[in-house]
Amino acid sequence: MEKKYLELSDVSIEFPTPKGPFKALEKINLKIKESEFVSLIGHSGCGKSTVLNIVAGLYQATRGGVILKGKEVNEPGPERAVVFQNHSLLPWLTAYQNVELAVKKVFKGKKTRLEMKEWIEYNLKLVHMDHAMHKRPDEISGGMKQRVGIARALAIEPEVLLMDEPFGALDALTRAHLQDSLMEIQMELKNTVIMITHDVDEAVLLSDRIVMMTNGPAATIGEILDINLERPRARLELADDATYNHYRAEVLRFLYERQRKPEEAA
Amino acid sequence: MTAMAMNSLKSFFSWSFPIINVFRGKSSAIELLGLGKVIGLPVVGILLFLLLWAGLAPKVVTSLGAVPGPVQVWGQFERLVEEHNQERVKEVEFYERQEIRNAKKLESNPGAEIKVRPYTGAPTFFDQIWTSLVTVLSGFIIASLIAIPLGIISGLSKPIYSAINPLIQIFKPVSPLAWLPIVTMVVSAVYVTDDPTFEKSYITSMITVMLCCLWPTLLNTAVGVANISQDLKNVSKVLRLGFFTHVFKIVLPSSIPLMFTGLRLSLGIAWMVLIAAEMLAQNPGLGKFVWDEFQNGSSNSIGRILVAVLTIGVIGFMLDRVMLMLQKWVSWDKGADIR
Repeated sequence: MEKKYLELSDVSIEFPTPKGPFKALEKINLKIKESEFVSLIGHSGCGKSTVLNIVAGLYQATRGGVILKGKEVNEPGPERAVVFQNHSLLPWLTAYQNVELAVKKVFKGKKTRLEMKEWIEYNLKLVHMDHAMHKRPDEISGGMKQRVGIARALAIEPEVLLMDEPFGALDALTRAHLQDSLMEIQMELKNTVIMITHDVDEAVLLSDRIVMMTNGPAATIGEILDINLERPRARLELADDATYNHYRAEVLRFLYERQRKPEEAA
Repeated sequence: MTAMAMNSLKSFFSWSFPIINVFRGKSSAIELLGLGKVIGLPVVGILLFLLLWAGLAPKVVTSLGAVPGPVQVWGQFERLVEEHNQERVKEVEFYERQEIRNAKKLESNPGAEIKVRPYTGAPTFFDQIWTSLVTVLSGFIIASLIAIPLGIISGLSKPIYSAINPLIQIFKPVSPLAWLPIVTMVVSAVYVTDDPTFEKSYITSMITVMLCCLWPTLLNTAVGVANISQDLKNVSKVLRLGFFTHVFKIVLPSSIPLMFTGLRLSLGIAWMVLIAAEMLAQNPGLGKFVWDEFQNGSSNSIGRILVAVLTIGVIGFMLDRVMLMLQKWVSWDKGADIR
């Protein structure tokens, strides 16, 4: 039997508006195994980020709930680290200090000062940021900022890593570079990851499963696609791989045939 | 730390760099043009003003004679400096005489009690500037110590903000002249000691200043704190930062620009309010100087008051510059265009 690690059961959420409640999500059911990499894909506005925010504890589901390792999620916490779309580094702290803020909070009393320093440096090295760790966010590029954001999330050893379109704001080359880094890290650390994306290639390349969401309002899971590709995966080899292209076509068909954006369908 | 201080000093004197370069012989044509704009235009403005003043002032005749022009006012300024120096000489002489007298007393009777009496000459113009500065800064600092924490708390919590906002809006527009009588009465009733460390007039002026300069800092801090980006708040939530870590690591750094806007507005208001408060409370500062000259009504009075007016302006400008330097020193974003 497969071990359930993270479970979303019947998650629905309504937001109050002046015109009455707006139902954003309807009965999301999803079970995620330990060290599984799951992508959420869907058109913008379908509520992908809302799902992530509920798992993070930043939003509360109106009905249903999230259970992580047998415990219900009802507030944010460091065991569910978030990598935000726009890096969200504190601009007045250096890369090192940004990671330090998180590490100090989580490992207070568990690691000595020296161990913390080594741990911070280890994580920055993991994302290849050890050369610029004493620079402030405004002194480094967008891709580097996102790397630091990932290092900050990894450094607190979360049970689940939540990534909200982590590479969405980056140019294609930087994005590819970071995806490779992320795969490398994932091979080593075997984190449980939920990643939101609107990039089909990114989803197929990185994920063990792709969760495709229907359009809102009252968005829910439309289809789940298992990606059975050998790891480590190489971007170039996969480009001509029939299975890879089949998965890719599946996702595209879902997004552009079955779930066309409402304004396009009209 | 020193590098930062150097930087803020540099920015304070940034306008002087082109001049320095001229003296070094390093300036280019473009720099000279820039220098012309930076120095030339303000100088032209000031010269035009002085000409207008000199031309128009003699045409305005009051019961104390014509309004003095720039030259006469400069003359009054020199007299004030002179009076100050004379007063200092008198003070030194007073203490010398006293010392000699006491020494003689001890000679004739070694057990005699020695009293050193403090000098009680009238405060000079420069003593009064000092008194004004001490009063305004103490009022401003106390106001800031109240306004910043209150601003942070009301910026963090919408209910608290909603609760105190109407009070802020009601008290903000109240003139210092309306507060002053109440403050005077309360200070007279509450501050009763045989040996007062502070003059009542000082306390009254200081409290009035404080009441009037609380609001801009309070409001701007609250707005700055309320507008922290949601992403940074989420970071804090996910890490479950404690209240104080949250305030010191996230809230304070991101609200510094608006907080300083408030502080600078507050200090400006404090300085304006102070002059009025000193006039009525008779605190021996610039306000009292102006009032005394007005009551005095000699032919020199208008000139002396004009010296005070210009002094008040220059000091107000300098106080703002000092706040600006402080902001540049505290701010994390050294590249920001702060003006």
